[in-house]
Amino acid sequence: MQGRNIHNLNTDTDRQDKKPKKRRKRNREFMRVTWIFITMFLVLCTYLVYFNVFRAEEINTNSYNTKQNDRKSDIQRGQILSADGEILAATTYDTEGNEQRAYPYGRIFSHVVGYYVNGKSGLEAKCDYDLTDSHISFLKQLEYTAEGQKVLGDNIYLTLDTDLQQAAYNALGDNKGAVVVMEASTGKILAMVSKPDFDPGTIGENWESLTSEDADSPLLNRATQGLYPPGSTFKILTTLAFMRQNPNYQDYTYDCIGYISKEDVTVTCYNSEIHGWEDLKSSFAHSCNSSFCNIGLELDNQEFIDLCNDFGFNSSLPLNYMEYSRSQFNLEANSSYGEEMTTAIGQGETLVSPLHMAMIASSVANGGVMMTPYLIDRVQTSEGDLVKETTPTAYKTVMSAEEAGVLAEYMRETVLSGTATALYNDTYSCAGKTGSAEYDNGEQQGTHSWFVGFTNVDNPELVISVLVEDGGSGSESAVPITKQILDSYYYNYDNTYGGGY
Amino acid sequence: MTNLIIEVSKYLLIICMVIYTAESFTVFIKKSESAQEFLYLRQVLMILLIHFIAFMVLYLEMEEDQLMFFWGSQVIYLLAVQVLVRNLYPQASKLLLNNMCLLIAIGFIMITRLSYDQSIRQFQILAISTVIALFIPIIIRKWKFLQKGTWFYAAVGIGLLAAVAVLGRSSYGAKLSISIGPITIQPSEFVKIIFVFCIASLFAKASDFRQIVIATVLAAVHVLILVVSTDLGGALIFFSTYLMMLYAATKKPIYTVAGIAAGCVAAVLAYFLFSHVRVRVEIWRDPFATYEGSGYQIAQSLFSIAAGGWFGTGLFQGSPGMIPIVEQDFMFSAIAEELGGIFCICLILVYLNCFMMFLNVAMGLRNKFYRIIGLGFGCMLTVQIFLTIGGAMKMIPSTGVTLPLISYGGSSVMSTLIIFFIVQGLYLVKEDEDEEIERAKIYEQYQREYGKQGTGDNARTQYSQSEYGYRPTR
Repeated sequence: MQGRNIHNLNTDTDRQDKKPKKRRKRNREFMRVTWIFITMFLVLCTYLVYFNVFRAEEINTNSYNTKQNDRKSDIQRGQILSADGEILAATTYDTEGNEQRAYPYGRIFSHVVGYYVNGKSGLEAKCDYDLTDSHISFLKQLEYTAEGQKVLGDNIYLTLDTDLQQAAYNALGDNKGAVVVMEASTGKILAMVSKPDFDPGTIGENWESLTSEDADSPLLNRATQGLYPPGSTFKILTTLAFMRQNPNYQDYTYDCIGYISKEDVTVTCYNSEIHGWEDLKSSFAHSCNSSFCNIGLELDNQEFIDLCNDFGFNSSLPLNYMEYSRSQFNLEANSSYGEEMTTAIGQGETLVSPLHMAMIASSVANGGVMMTPYLIDRVQTSEGDLVKETTPTAYKTVMSAEEAGVLAEYMRETVLSGTATALYNDTYSCAGKTGSAEYDNGEQQGTHSWFVGFTNVDNPELVISVLVEDGGSGSESAVPITKQILDSYYYNYDNTYGGGY
Repeated sequence: MTNLIIEVSKYLLIICMVIYTAESFTVFIKKSESAQEFLYLRQVLMILLIHFIAFMVLYLEMEEDQLMFFWGSQVIYLLAVQVLVRNLYPQASKLLLNNMCLLIAIGFIMITRLSYDQSIRQFQILAISTVIALFIPIIIRKWKFLQKGTWFYAAVGIGLLAAVAVLGRSSYGAKLSISIGPITIQPSEFVKIIFVFCIASLFAKASDFRQIVIATVLAAVHVLILVVSTDLGGALIFFSTYLMMLYAATKKPIYTVAGIAAGCVAAVLAYFLFSHVRVRVEIWRDPFATYEGSGYQIAQSLFSIAAGGWFGTGLFQGSPGMIPIVEQDFMFSAIAEELGGIFCICLILVYLNCFMMFLNVAMGLRNKFYRIIGLGFGCMLTVQIFLTIGGAMKMIPSTGVTLPLISYGGSSVMSTLIIFFIVQGLYLVKEDEDEEIERAKIYEQYQREYGKQGTGDNARTQYSQSEYGYRPTR
C-alpha cells in the first residue's frame, strides 16, 4: 500500500513537470513573437510620452498652427511684461466690452512684442500658445468658469530692460537701423530696437501705409531679420582665422600705402588713408583694409569657410521665439583673388544680422563661449506662480579662451587708439570694432555704419551691436549712438545696476 | 454651467478609461472566478459610463434631440452583444469581449463627434456585421474543413485583390475599393482574413521547404498586388504578418531574418521606383516643408496631438476636423486632441491587451492550424495599430490605415469584428481540446491503475486521491 502510494506520486509529479515543459517548448516561438509585439506597443506609448514632453511645445508654437485661435474664447490673453515689470502688452476692454490689445509703450518695443491685428508678429505670434494657456489651479479655473468670467492667461516676462530699451530707442533717433544689447555672461537680450518702427496699437488703421512699397519695411525686425554686409566688423573673424593658421601671428607686419593691388583688383583703405608699417594689432585697431586684404590672400580658404560656418554662418541660429534670417558667407577653396580680398574685409557676398554680430562679439567677451540669446525670462500665472523659466545656456564654444583674450585685447586697442576712440572715457571701459559696409544693390549704393563691442573689458558686462543704414563710417554714426546708449546706462543707472563705476 | 460640465467630464472620462485599462491587466492576477466575473462587470459599467458621459457632452454641444435615441440604441446594442455572447458562448473570453465593446463605444463617440451623418451609417453597418459575426465562433468550432482550403483561399484572396487593382476606385492616392451598386467595399480588409487562413492551412499540413516556397510565393503575390495598387499600409501588414506566421510554423528564425532583409531591400527599391513612396518619406522627414501641399495632413495631425497634451481639450473643444480624412486614417490624432494623451496611452494598452488575449488562446491550443491563425490575427492587428498610430505621431511615415474598430469605414469595422469573433471561436476550440485531453488523461490514468490493481474500485479511490486531494510534500 505504502509503496504503491509513492509510485503514484512519482508518476503524478512527473506528469506535472513534463506537461509545462512540453507546452513551453511548443510555445517558444510564440512567446518570442509575443515579446516582439508587446515591445511595439510599448514603443508607441513611449513615443507618445516623448512627443508630449519634448516635441509638443515646438509643435504648438509652429507658425502654421492655428489651433490657438480656437482657445481664445475661454481664456483671456495674458500680458507681456519687461524684466522690470512694466506692462508692454495687455488685454483691455473698450466701452462696449470688446477685447482689445493695448501697448502702453507704443513704438518702443514694437518689433519684439509684435502686433495682434491683421495677423500676428513678434512675441505675440511666437508666444501665442503660452499667452492663451492658463496654469492657475484647476479649482480657480472652475471658479472663473462658474462665475461666467474668462480665465486669465499666463503672463510672459521678457529679458528686456525698459530704461535700456528706451535709451537705445532714443539714441537711434530717426536713423534706420538696429540696436541689440545683450548681457555678456548669460545671453539675455536687454534691448532690441529696429527702425523704422510702427505703433502696434494703431496698426489696423495704418496697415496699408505700413505695408506699402515705399515704407521701407517698418514691420521687419532689422535686428534679427535684416541682413547686411558686416564690413570691417567681420575682421574679428578674419583675424581669428589668421591667428589659427599662423601661430607666429604676432610677428606679422605690413606696410600700408593706402591701397592694395593684386592683378586687376585694387582695394583702398577707408578715405585712402595710408597706415604705414603696422602689425596685426594695429591693422585691426585702425581697420586697415590693405593689410586685411593681404591677410585674405594668405588664408587657406577652406579653413576660413569652416571657421565662419562654425560661428553660425549658412546655418540656423539658436534663436527661439524669434523670426530671423540666416547669415550668409560665400567663399570657395578656389575663389579669385578679388573675392578673397573683399571677403576678408567683410564685403564680398557676406551678409549678417545685427543680432548675429552681437553673438560673435559676445563669444569674444565670454572667453570663447557663445551664449544662446534669449528674450523670454519666465512665464508666470496671473497669480504670480512660476510656470517656466529660461536658464542661460551656452550654445557652443567657438574659440579658446586665449584666442578670445587676444581678440578682446585688439578690440580694446580699437577704443584706445583706433577707430573708436570716441568711446574712451574714465567711467567705463569698452572694447569693440567699427565697420563701414559699402553696398551697391544696383539701384542704390551707400555705406552702412557698424559698431560691435562690449563693456567692462576685464569682466565683460554688456555686449552691443549697432547698425545704422547709410550711416557712413562706423565712427560717424554707430559709435556716437553706442556712446549715447552706454553713457545713459553707466551715468544714470549706476546704483540700480551696481556696476561699481 | 455647460463649460463646467465639459471641463469635469474630460477628467471623468480619463478616470474611467484608466480604471478600465488597469483592470484589464489586473484580471490576470485574480485567482477566484467570482472575483474575475465581478471585475468584468465593473468593466462593462466603465464602458457604459464612458459612453454616457461622452454622449452627454455631445448632446450639450450639438443640441440634437435625436442624439438621445442614438445613445439609447447604442446602449441597447452594447448590452445585447454582451448578453448574447455571454449566453451563446460561455467559454468565450469575456475580457476580449469587453475590450471589443470598449473600442466600439469609443468609435461611436468619436465618429458622432466628427461627423454625425456618417455615424448613423457606421452604426447600421456595425449592427449588421455583429449579427453575422455572432455565428462565427460556432462555425470555427464545427467546420473543421476550414483547415483544408488552401487553394480556395489563395484563389479568392488573390482574385479579389487583383480585381481591385484593375477595377478599383482610386481614393486619396490608393486604389482600395470597388463599388457594387450603392455599396462600396474595400476587399483588402476581408482578404486579410482569407490570407491568414490560407497561410495557416498551408503550414498546418507541413512546414518543410516545399511548403515554405509555396507559402512565400503566395504571400509575395498578395503583397505585390497591394504595392501595385499603392496600398503600402496593406502591403506592410500582409508582409509582416506572413513573416511572423512563417517563424512560428517553421521555428527557424533564419527564414524570417532573410524575409526582413528582403523586405528592407524591397523598401529601398520601392523608394527609388515609386514616387508616392518618396513623397511619403519626404513628408515624414519634414511635413512643414510641404505644408501647403502633401505635408498638410501630417502637420495638422501633429498640431492635434500637441494641442491635446495629457488631458485633451475636451470633446468639441478642439478642432480635429482640420485633419483631412480624420475619421478614417487619423482617428488617433482626433482622440489625442480631445480626450488627451493619457486616454491614448490607455487605448494603446487596451489594444495590447487584445493582442495578448489573441496570443493567449493561440498558445493554449494544440491544433497547429488554429494556433497559427491566432498568432496571425494578433500580429495583423498589432502591425495595423503600429502603422496608424505611429504614422499619426510621425514616428514612422504615414501609410493610411485605419484604427481597428474605431475608425469610420464599413469594411474595416466588419472585418475587424469578424477577426475578434474568430478568436472567440478559438476559445471554443480550446475548450473542446482541453476537454478531450482531460478525458484522455482520465482514461489513461484509469487504465494504468486498473491494469495494475485488477480491482477497479480500489484504483479509482487511489486515483481521485492523487489527482484532486493529495499534494506531494517535496
